[in-house]
Amino acid sequence: MSGEEFVPLSLTPLLIGTCAAIACALPGNFLVLRKQALIGDAISHVVLPGIVVAFLLTGAISTWPMMLGAAGAAVLAVVLIEAIRRLGQIEPGAAMGVVFTTMFAAGVLLLEQTDTSTVHLDVEHALYGNLESLIWLDATGWSSLLDAQALAGLPPELPRIALTLVGVTLFTWLFWRPLKISTFDEGFARTIGIRTGFLGMALVITAAIAAVAAFDAVGSIIVIAMFICPPAAARMLTNRLEAQIGWSVVIAITSAVTGYVLAGYGPLWLGAADAVSAAGMIATMSGLILALAAMFGPCRTRVGVQTSA
Amino acid sequence: MLGLISNEGVTVQEHNLDDSPLAVRGLTVSYGQKPAVFSVDMTVTPGAMTAIIGPNGAGKSTLLKAALGIVTPLSGQVTVFGQPLNSQRARVAYVPQRASVDWDFPTRVIDVVLMGLSRELGLLGRLRARHKARAMDCLNRVGMRDFADRQIGQLSGGQQQRVFLARALAQDADLYLLDEPFAGVDAATEKAIIAVLKSLKEAGKTVVVVHHDLATVTDYFDHVFLINTRKVAEGPVAEAFTAETLQSAYGGRLATAQIDQISRALG
Repeated sequence: MSGEEFVPLSLTPLLIGTCAAIACALPGNFLVLRKQALIGDAISHVVLPGIVVAFLLTGAISTWPMMLGAAGAAVLAVVLIEAIRRLGQIEPGAAMGVVFTTMFAAGVLLLEQTDTSTVHLDVEHALYGNLESLIWLDATGWSSLLDAQALAGLPPELPRIALTLVGVTLFTWLFWRPLKISTFDEGFARTIGIRTGFLGMALVITAAIAAVAAFDAVGSIIVIAMFICPPAAARMLTNRLEAQIGWSVVIAITSAVTGYVLAGYGPLWLGAADAVSAAGMIATMSGLILALAAMFGPCRTRVGVQTSA
Repeated sequence: MLGLISNEGVTVQEHNLDDSPLAVRGLTVSYGQKPAVFSVDMTVTPGAMTAIIGPNGAGKSTLLKAALGIVTPLSGQVTVFGQPLNSQRARVAYVPQRASVDWDFPTRVIDVVLMGLSRELGLLGRLRARHKARAMDCLNRVGMRDFADRQIGQLSGGQQQRVFLARALAQDADLYLLDEPFAGVDAATEKAIIAVLKSLKEAGKTVVVVHHDLATVTDYFDHVFLINTRKVAEGPVAEAFTAETLQSAYGGRLATAQIDQISRALG
């Protein structure tokens, strides 16, 4: 494919999809090990009341207030989940189940009670982006990457998700040691002065921010898949956390690129007329990689079973 | 039931709080309605090996966790070397119960031992050859040097316990607190652990162990702390570890035959 075609039509969706995949996979590694991986699913439901409230306050469908509303709802949800988990001393899965169903239900009620007949408040449309539509019309080829005027026409989702990825990477790098120690052995972590409650909260808030930024760009399906599939597949390829993080990033990139390409060209190769959803295909690819890792990965058996008896 | 046990217990000697590596006053911890630890005073003797003993559910582990700030007590004060715990964390090493962590965690033996150096390294301090050499030395002391590159889940229970002890050694602390280090380990591991703990004592360190095997108390320890939610007795083994104190700590749960046996062992 030539640059004139590739840069405007495929470069930005590929970059956005890849950034979103990595931004979710990084915190996903810790969430999977902490058995909190379903938090991505929870966040995709709890953002609804946040979006509705943002709409009620501003009276308009615009991206920033709705993203802030979604982020606010997500942060509120993770704080509630942590609080219920710690105060009630129950499993994280149960705490998530309680919070996200309640908040999603509240969102539905709010939506029903507000007068949305005049305005078409379509949540799918307002927030759950469409990867294929994030094209860069101002670009004419590779040279546009150096052209300030063309760069100004980049889809705003790209700088947003790129910035989020930088933030998530910084968080992981800076708190690497405390995150690793407190995920493995929380009691020990507390005795050496790590504030584990605070750190656990910071981790889920980071995940929530990554999730909301990724929803905006690529939709919820990728977010839910990327929190779980790349880290879970990577865990079966290695027995070292450092290597697991590296593999999860490789798998996230591979899923995003192959998923995007297959969605665009796969059906044509098979003789069908239309392309399929890129987000759906990326999530499918990550699932496929996970299945392959589960069947052939070198570290797929639980070696520590004798201690859980 | 609780009222039958003397609140004061048998306290054979009291130390100046400033001397004690770990002093607890009026500590009460509750999970839900029932207190797990009620109004407990404990003064650990410096340079000694102390066993915390009591029946299942008597609050032994909870006492240790509350003293370390892992669980939040309802009330009470804790001082470590006469100071608040937070200023003394570098001098305290803790070995949790082996079953409290997921041994399937993706990490190697050497990485677990290096966790003991994390206070020294800080957030972003670089891991250098001398840190690794120190961790290897700690593994050597527990006889696990050859296992440094193994994934932790591939170890036996006894080997896992030794790795936890090596991590505590890497902390180079003055006070060592161990929660049931002999639970479910093989005889060779038990011998290796007790040898390391005795060498710590010889180096002037203080060791406190939550222990469940009454038969080995006199062999292993100098001091005992008997607890059954409340303090029952505290002091040197010869004075505080008696048929009477055991009877009041364990009540009917300890068969008379066992008490007789221990009494005979104590002479």
